[in-house]
Amino acid sequence: MATDIHRAIEAVWRIESAKLIAGLARVVRDIGLAEDLAQDAFIAALERWPESGIPEKPGAWLMTTAKNRAVDLWRRGKLLADKHQEISRDLDEQQRFAVADFENSADDDIGDDLLRLVFTACHPVLSREARVALTLRMLGGLTTQEIARAFLVAEKTLAQRIVRAKRTLSEARVPFEVPRGAERQARLSSVLEVIYLIFNEGYSATAGDDWMRPALCEEALRLGRILAELAPSEPEVHGLVALMEIQASRVAARLGNGGEPVLLLDQNRTRWDYTLINRGLAALTRAEALGGAFGPYALQAAIAACHARARTPEETDWGRIAALYEALSQLAPSPVVELNRAVAVAMAFGPAEGLEIVDTLLSDRLLKDYYLLPSVRADFLVKLGRFDEARVELARAATLTRNESERRLLLERASRLMG
Amino acid sequence: MRVMVLIKANEESEAGAMPDEKFFADMNRFNQDLVKAGVMLDAQGLYPSAKGVRVSFSGDKVTVTDGPFAEAKELIAGFWLWQVKSIEEAVEWVKRIPKPAQAGDGEIEIRQVFDVDCKTDFTEEEANKKLEALRAQMDSIK
Repeated sequence: MATDIHRAIEAVWRIESAKLIAGLARVVRDIGLAEDLAQDAFIAALERWPESGIPEKPGAWLMTTAKNRAVDLWRRGKLLADKHQEISRDLDEQQRFAVADFENSADDDIGDDLLRLVFTACHPVLSREARVALTLRMLGGLTTQEIARAFLVAEKTLAQRIVRAKRTLSEARVPFEVPRGAERQARLSSVLEVIYLIFNEGYSATAGDDWMRPALCEEALRLGRILAELAPSEPEVHGLVALMEIQASRVAARLGNGGEPVLLLDQNRTRWDYTLINRGLAALTRAEALGGAFGPYALQAAIAACHARARTPEETDWGRIAALYEALSQLAPSPVVELNRAVAVAMAFGPAEGLEIVDTLLSDRLLKDYYLLPSVRADFLVKLGRFDEARVELARAATLTRNESERRLLLERASRLMG
Repeated sequence: MRVMVLIKANEESEAGAMPDEKFFADMNRFNQDLVKAGVMLDAQGLYPSAKGVRVSFSGDKVTVTDGPFAEAKELIAGFWLWQVKSIEEAVEWVKRIPKPAQAGDGEIEIRQVFDVDCKTDFTEEEANKKLEALRAQMDSIK
């Protein structure tokens, strides 16, 4: 049963790889090299474990194998010259301890190494694509093939991207550390951005035509949950986790039987995943308790939570949502946020108030070709009985949307107003 | 994928015996590892079946029976809800569950939670075909 043992070894890799790479990176001070060593150990496991069986402490076995490989490379002078001294000293030091102690070493140490690994893989010296690829590879234990598949790029392209990213980190001599002070916040933003990018890559794809993408959502959630344990005092980490948990809770409800998108207010709320909602609400509470209620992710999570808490659409606290959008708007001004605020304000205080906000956006260049602007404006105009103006807006929205069924819907609404 | 890991009851758990301190500490550590790995979604332990109730249906007839129930190993003593990449990953985690000092017979059952977005049943070949089709589609858009 060769395939069974291979799948079991892959499962061990999934559990151990990030800790392994992080532990090795502390010794060799280069995450690219650490990952190569870890990969070598993985290949050795694939060769030996089918015969020997999986060792009782597979993590320790992999670590020992990787370290022996490092010592071997160092003796043969194959490691970068300027890294020699440091590595030899560290390896000597390490060898004084039984390597089998690896699994018993303080959790805090492994935690610190993992956090260093996250920060290094998401270093701003790398492009966003490279950060995403490295994070999935080093923290998620995903194969090049899996990542390539998820992002619809050729495997070769993705492999090159990873090789280049490792080289960039090495050449820029990016230290293997968690930044301190003001830099820590900026770098943390980069880490959170990478995780949310991965999540959205999976979430925004329409279901039914892909295979790896749901896995990206799960992977981003897992990375977020791991990060929340590694950096428990950072409110925005919990804010991001809350946002992802609550958004993911709606996955089953947001597509109709024919695969068509179902808007939030039309969703069957019994299909929401209440395990994820409860986790999301708990994460949001943690973010708020840490004084992070007004962070950008926590605010978006709080808006999502307003919907999640409402058992029916009518129970939605639109006044609170409008206030949260206002806070978000002040933090990160954006016409799209304003448009959302207009909808919430209209629901809470009436269409005239909503229209007032929308009218300030009419000359916004970013929204110039955005069909939702005239579509939302038409909604308000209809509710105010201004049908002629509404018809013009609906026709305009119909020319802007790229979605065929959306266009049909808009034109139907317009023709009904002819009545 | 999401799995429910069911811990089967045994005579000790049905008798309401509390595990010793070391086992408690080991279990706590194991649960911490699950949380740190982003695997843990939920975990609950159940009271012995003496505190349970069974409701059985036969046609229109409903019968309510108070516990305890016979055959301990058919009963459930607790469960975890895990987010894992594969059943094999769940098996690897289950192998790491700490054992009590006087470990008798025990059984743990792993069940995959039904998933609306479940696309894990694709074979590699099907997935590759889908990918090729998608690439072709994307190329034609370009």
